[in-house]
Amino acid sequence: MRPKADVRGPGGFYCVGVNVPEPPPPARQEPYGQAPAPARQTHAPQPDVPEALRLRGLWKSFGPKTAVAGVDLDVPRGSFYGLVGPNGAGKTTTLSISTGLLVPDAGQVLVHGRDLWAAPQQVKGMLGILPDGLRLFDRLTGAQLITYAGLLQGLDRETVVSRTEDLLRAVDLVADRDTLVVDYSAGMSKKIALACALVHAPSLLVLDEPFEAVDPISAANIRDLLGSYVASGGTVIVSSHVMDLVQRMCSHVAVIAAGRVLAAGTVEDVRAGASLEDRFVELVGGRVAGEGLAWLSTSSD
Amino acid sequence: MVEHLVRLKLTLLRNGLRRSPWQIVGMVVGALYGVMALIGVGVGIVALALSTDASLRRAVLVVGGSAVVLGWAVLPMIAFGVDATLDPARFVTFPVPTRRLLAGLGLAALIGVPGVVTVLGVLGASVVWWREPVVVPVAMLTGLLAVAVAVVASRATTTTLASVLSGRRTREASAFAFLVLLAAAYLGFGRLTTGGLGPGTDLRGLLSGVADVLGWTPVGAAWAAPADAAAGAWGTAVLRTLVLVASLAALLVWWDRAMARALVRPASKDAAAGAHGLGMFARLPATPLGAVTARCLTYWRRDPRYILAVAAVPLVPIAMYAFGSGSTALWFLPMMTGILGWSIAADTSSDGTAFWAHVAAPLRGVDDRLGRAIAAGLVLVPLAALLVVVLGVLTGHADDLPALLGVGLGTLGVSLGVASVMSALVVMRVQQSGENVFGTRQGGSVVSVLSQLVGMLAVLGLSSPVLGLCVLAVVRHSAVLGWSALVVGLALGATVLTVGVRWGGRLLDRRAPVILQEIVSMV
Repeated sequence: MRPKADVRGPGGFYCVGVNVPEPPPPARQEPYGQAPAPARQTHAPQPDVPEALRLRGLWKSFGPKTAVAGVDLDVPRGSFYGLVGPNGAGKTTTLSISTGLLVPDAGQVLVHGRDLWAAPQQVKGMLGILPDGLRLFDRLTGAQLITYAGLLQGLDRETVVSRTEDLLRAVDLVADRDTLVVDYSAGMSKKIALACALVHAPSLLVLDEPFEAVDPISAANIRDLLGSYVASGGTVIVSSHVMDLVQRMCSHVAVIAAGRVLAAGTVEDVRAGASLEDRFVELVGGRVAGEGLAWLSTSSD
Repeated sequence: MVEHLVRLKLTLLRNGLRRSPWQIVGMVVGALYGVMALIGVGVGIVALALSTDASLRRAVLVVGGSAVVLGWAVLPMIAFGVDATLDPARFVTFPVPTRRLLAGLGLAALIGVPGVVTVLGVLGASVVWWREPVVVPVAMLTGLLAVAVAVVASRATTTTLASVLSGRRTREASAFAFLVLLAAAYLGFGRLTTGGLGPGTDLRGLLSGVADVLGWTPVGAAWAAPADAAAGAWGTAVLRTLVLVASLAALLVWWDRAMARALVRPASKDAAAGAHGLGMFARLPATPLGAVTARCLTYWRRDPRYILAVAAVPLVPIAMYAFGSGSTALWFLPMMTGILGWSIAADTSSDGTAFWAHVAAPLRGVDDRLGRAIAAGLVLVPLAALLVVVLGVLTGHADDLPALLGVGLGTLGVSLGVASVMSALVVMRVQQSGENVFGTRQGGSVVSVLSQLVGMLAVLGLSSPVLGLCVLAVVRHSAVLGWSALVVGLALGATVLTVGVRWGGRLLDRRAPVILQEIVSMV
């Protein structure tokens, strides 16, 4: 038998009118299976309810360039966590390390109190991932791709078949189910990748730029879907450049720049009365003052 | 514009070298090869220049020169691909007139070891005519024209085929049709030359005969013209030069059209392809292993890279046979089946960054390895068996089929097993899905070449028991030895495959994120 993370929940109906996989019930909070090593629990502030994701001292360098320089982050269970930062801040690197796609130079990743890098096979099933900038197996059709993702997670055939239908409806790709993913537009690819991330009903969703290139209607549908997922006990981490979106959608936010966490907490705390965007600019800096490019005007030729 | 493109190419080359020391090593090795080739050519040129036999000089130059031009025109399609660093598709967004783009790309194509060697060799070859100093500049001129023909022809063919092949629906079919055509031409040529090269035929007479024909074709005219001029037949020389110029013009028009089409229709944006239902996913067991197998089988069917890697292999021994080598072709059999199995050594690399799906899932490494091996086996075992039977019967070794099958399937299993380990260790530079199938990636190939070499040696070493048994069985015409070779081959193949899949799986359990990172940094 292959190790399976028991992350399957029964299906449930959501406000978007489709049946999507449900995250595990909140009762799953005490450690199960192999209990995490007690030593790792001692420094947790609330040892009884481990955070959905806890990052401790993550470091990662690529050659001379340090992408992540000591990131600590606590993502509470049931939060909708936004990760914001300028380009090259280390968001994608942090998320890759947190999801087992990239080996950190140092540091610890605890998913629901269990050490990801100590036992990746046992922990990965709890995670649903949407990476940014990585390809999909795009010679498969949309339906095949979701099926593939489900089967790789060890789901049985009936579950995969019924969830594939639900997910195709949820991301509005029923009409394109038999089209090869290579022929999808960028937005469609994002949506099918999101469906793949959801198929095994993970308890923690990690989405890197999930709304990039997605049309407004699909984006609204996806937001609803993620909202109800969080409402039913799931945890979502999204990275985004769109401050406005994060401010409206997320309960928590962390501002990352140059591989460090500059501020983290609830959105209310972090923005401290100002808009998130203003606060972000204040924290990160780097606005270029001046009159811009004088020659870049249509009348000047 | 021309200058820009040449400078761009040089910058790309320099930046590539700056990226990793291995690129420099690759460049140095390539340059050494080039220098060696130049020395070889130089010796030949000096020998020819000293020869007083004008007809020999002419015949050798025409045949050799034609081979160079043909090599430029045809080899990229079969073997090396064209350097895709200056892919025309990358200039789509710039308002560059195609004509200038052509000139720039053509010149830039000569930057690199093969281009430099060719130009130097061609210019050097004009020394052969030192006895008639007037002819030397003529030889240089026609030689450079021939280089232009060679480069333009290579670009024209690959641009055309790449844009034809980028329509996914047609890609498989046309790639295959092309290979069949090529095989037919190759076999025809083989029959022709071996038919003409019976005992007692005058080799020099044959060479001259071939040279006479080639001298009027675009590939050979450039080399026959100076010979005519040296002999005083300036009219013929001018005529041949006209052939050269006309074919260059025709090729330019062809390339221009092909490129114009490629620029307007950059990626494959034809009718979206699809397939109904879940295909293989519905037919194979609903387990992670079944899913990986189904995915790989789907790729074997839909991705031209898999087809191209395998399609050319069976041609070699069959061509050997056609060239009249008789039973010698059998020696190539284990090599061919070994190479067939080795094709999955690039499997992980071929996934590209899509491999993250395997890393993200709680997928056991052994399931990943085994799924790929099963899918490859389902395609390759029948192919290898067919190859063995066809060759065995053709060469009159039908009695030895058990031994030959033992060797064929044994080496196939061994190389599948070794490749399963290798592709969990080393990431190779391969075309990414959807890239120009005729493109090559610049440099950085030394590690992968070395690993290929080590892997092939391992395959050879591990299959040696069955190889030895098979040779004994064939030489002694022993049925007992033949059948034992079959048993040993199957057992050996199965054992190495099992060990390789398990070992590779354990490696992958540990190294999957590292492999993914290497793929990401390579793309």
